[in-house]
Amino acid sequence: MPDATPLTPGITSGRLSAETLSQNFDDLHPAYAPHEAAVAADRCYFCHDAPCITACPTDIDIPLFLRQIQTGTPEAAAKTILSQNILGGMCARVCPTETLCEEACVREAAEGKPVEIGRLQRFATDTLMRAGKHPFTRAKSTGKSVAVVGAGPSGLSCAHRLAMHGHDVVLFDARAKAGGLNEFGIAAYKSTDGFAAQEVDWLLKIGGITVETGQRLGQELSLDELQNEYDAVFIGIGLSGVNSLRAAGEEREGVSDAVSFIADLRQASDLSGLPVGRDVVVIGGGMTAVDAAVQSKLLGAQNVTIVYRRGQDQMGASRFEQDLATSKGVRIVANAQPVAIHGNGAVAEAEFEYTTTKDGTLKGTGETFRIKADQLFKAIGQTLEGAPEALKLDGRKIAVTGAGRTSVKGIWAGGDCASGGDDLTVTAVAEGRDAAEDIHSTLMGGK
Amino acid sequence: MADLTTEFLGIKSPNPFWLASAPPTDKEYNVRRAFEAGWGGVVWKTLGMEGPPVVNVNGPRYGAIYGADRRLLGLNNIELITDRPLQTNLEEIKRVKADYPDRAIIVSLMVPCEEQAWKDILPLVEETGADGIELNFGCPHGMSERGMGAAVGQVPEYIEMVTRWCKQYYSKPVIVKLTPNITDVRKPAAAAMRGGADAVSLINTINSITAVNLDTMSPEPSIDGKGSHGGYCGPAVKPIAMSMVSEIARNPETHGLPISGIGGVTTWRDAAEFMALGCGNVQVCTAAMTYGFKVVQEMISGLSDWMDEKGHTSIQDFVGMAVPNVTDWQYLNLNYIAKAKISQDDCIKCGRCYAACEDTSHQAISMSEDRVFEVIDAECVACNLCVDVCPVEDCITMVQMAPGEVDPRTGKVVEKEYANWTTHPNNPGACAAE
Repeated sequence: MPDATPLTPGITSGRLSAETLSQNFDDLHPAYAPHEAAVAADRCYFCHDAPCITACPTDIDIPLFLRQIQTGTPEAAAKTILSQNILGGMCARVCPTETLCEEACVREAAEGKPVEIGRLQRFATDTLMRAGKHPFTRAKSTGKSVAVVGAGPSGLSCAHRLAMHGHDVVLFDARAKAGGLNEFGIAAYKSTDGFAAQEVDWLLKIGGITVETGQRLGQELSLDELQNEYDAVFIGIGLSGVNSLRAAGEEREGVSDAVSFIADLRQASDLSGLPVGRDVVVIGGGMTAVDAAVQSKLLGAQNVTIVYRRGQDQMGASRFEQDLATSKGVRIVANAQPVAIHGNGAVAEAEFEYTTTKDGTLKGTGETFRIKADQLFKAIGQTLEGAPEALKLDGRKIAVTGAGRTSVKGIWAGGDCASGGDDLTVTAVAEGRDAAEDIHSTLMGGK
Repeated sequence: MADLTTEFLGIKSPNPFWLASAPPTDKEYNVRRAFEAGWGGVVWKTLGMEGPPVVNVNGPRYGAIYGADRRLLGLNNIELITDRPLQTNLEEIKRVKADYPDRAIIVSLMVPCEEQAWKDILPLVEETGADGIELNFGCPHGMSERGMGAAVGQVPEYIEMVTRWCKQYYSKPVIVKLTPNITDVRKPAAAAMRGGADAVSLINTINSITAVNLDTMSPEPSIDGKGSHGGYCGPAVKPIAMSMVSEIARNPETHGLPISGIGGVTTWRDAAEFMALGCGNVQVCTAAMTYGFKVVQEMISGLSDWMDEKGHTSIQDFVGMAVPNVTDWQYLNLNYIAKAKISQDDCIKCGRCYAACEDTSHQAISMSEDRVFEVIDAECVACNLCVDVCPVEDCITMVQMAPGEVDPRTGKVVEKEYANWTTHPNNPGACAAE
């Protein structure tokens, strides 16, 4: 559809020129040049027992790595980062730093302008990765082997740490490509130039990790067999199910999952071939909702609306993400829940009911309204699918205690599929790493 | 706006900001532009004797050290005196002085340590109509190897001798520029005074190597892989310069000898500080070399505003005001007792005060679980390190204890009376007041 514009009705591709698309999907935060990085890093006060370290789920020694950047040794800075967080490159791009390290930065308190830790972390890790260096080496082989199921952030982190300790790791993933949400989730403008895949390739340079794709737990893989064949098993399969709206008309054409839309977008070789509606409605309040909404807008949708059932301050997406969305022209409607999806075959309108919260309970007010929609994305959370029955659940996730120990001896779990944590990439990395340490000490004669 | 007119040795200039003898004052083109920009005077770049001019290196002459964002903090140079013909300089000086009668033009000189050499050049300088001369006894590189510059400035007898010649063969004011590359600056200053100098100016640059290139193992600035110590200047040398100025200002032997202050003057405030320590005016080089001639405009407006605020109507009102407060350590009041106080409202909880005190000082700051930092008065010796490392201005202050209070560190009552080391019981040489 070369002649499509943002005004073209229906779901269509090519609403914007290739040039505009390429601009729209460029890096959200451009990389620092070396001098910029030195100046930015110099703003760090090198705090005692720094609050930013406490705020980082992976406990990166931030003041140290900033000082290493400032003194002209970005590769040493990268090693400081990566020794705590092997996916420090991706986390530098996708971490909601405004609610983590940068929120804790004392310069945020002092002047409302924190040290730009995320961008500086990216400068350091990019420098090292661009040089093609992998700063870690494997310990002597232990003769032990571990199966890691799921090659997303937690699995990659776990696999790397295990390999480093000298274990042989087989890293399985259901999809055709490793990377998990780094590769298939997350907005494109946060991971440009195939960064997720590059990072996986770089991570695997440690050696001792065999990747097997197209292996789904419960289908190609069985937990029993894994337990028999390997000395330990780590499960980091994420949340592959999608919650349903429970609104009439959900099956209409044009209604789909935001995660699939994002995955398609991330895997698309040519964005001008990717269709998007003229009037897009995204239901949900998390990062996925924002990522889907913003990218719809960037693809050329004329009107994009996020509808969230609670107050805007309750949204899972950070304030920064909300502001990003509105700055791109996305409208956020809070306190409204879906009632029905209308249309003749395909979606034409979405109907919502306003809500209020009384005594902690969300209630509809009875007042409804409709929003024009030719495409509707559901982004109301993902659910665990395909978890082995042998493992106890805690609510809707695999129950874990300590460093990811499941109810079954010899099986660990981490990342979004496991209980606890806040479903951030960085948290998954920390969980994978900590589980690997626990597996290591267990295999090497600990308890 | 306060009147900044300065009369130094009878030489009038519209403000106390002179450009020091250095590359910015090497030629007519520069000096004219400097005057247009507002500089009160210049010390023309040092002239040497008649004959083939000196030659400079043809590679880097300057090296630098930087603060954050490449802010230039210190500069060093291995440039020599003017490498242009004497006659050219003299003609230019004459022309510029004629066109700018209200500005001060001082001619810096450096010729061999022989009477004849001075006898030859001084009439030529006199002839230009310049307001005075400055004897370059400070240049630490190149010329000193030829028995000039710092080689003279390091021998008080030579300073006295040459100054005397100059007073003999030249009718206008003679300023002696001192080198800091000595152990006691009071000696050369006194020698200049004995020789009849009208003023001293200081400091000249400090022997320095700014950096070593770790790839080539060459000192910077590097000429074909080799480096030579150069003269260090810029904001980094200001504390050294001010100390030397104050030593001369408060030395009874030289007290009252006019001083032209040089060394890292970058802002109006630096100038005011030098002048409070006894300088009748200041000379500037690195600030102009870093930011261009326009920088003087901030110096003029800043000094003027400060003078208005303090009620000073002329430069003379505050020159030397801080000199009586410069004293020897032994006379500092040991009964003055202060404690650090941290303003919790201003604290941003970086913990730098804690790290500094806990690791390197007196363990006098406590840190709570929720990062509240408080001074432990029973340990605080008021060293000021916490104030110095705190990134928030005025967040930590030193609060004087009132007489009659008990210092929780020593358990002693704070005395009202002044008492110093000379009478302290721990001083073996103490002479008890009878």
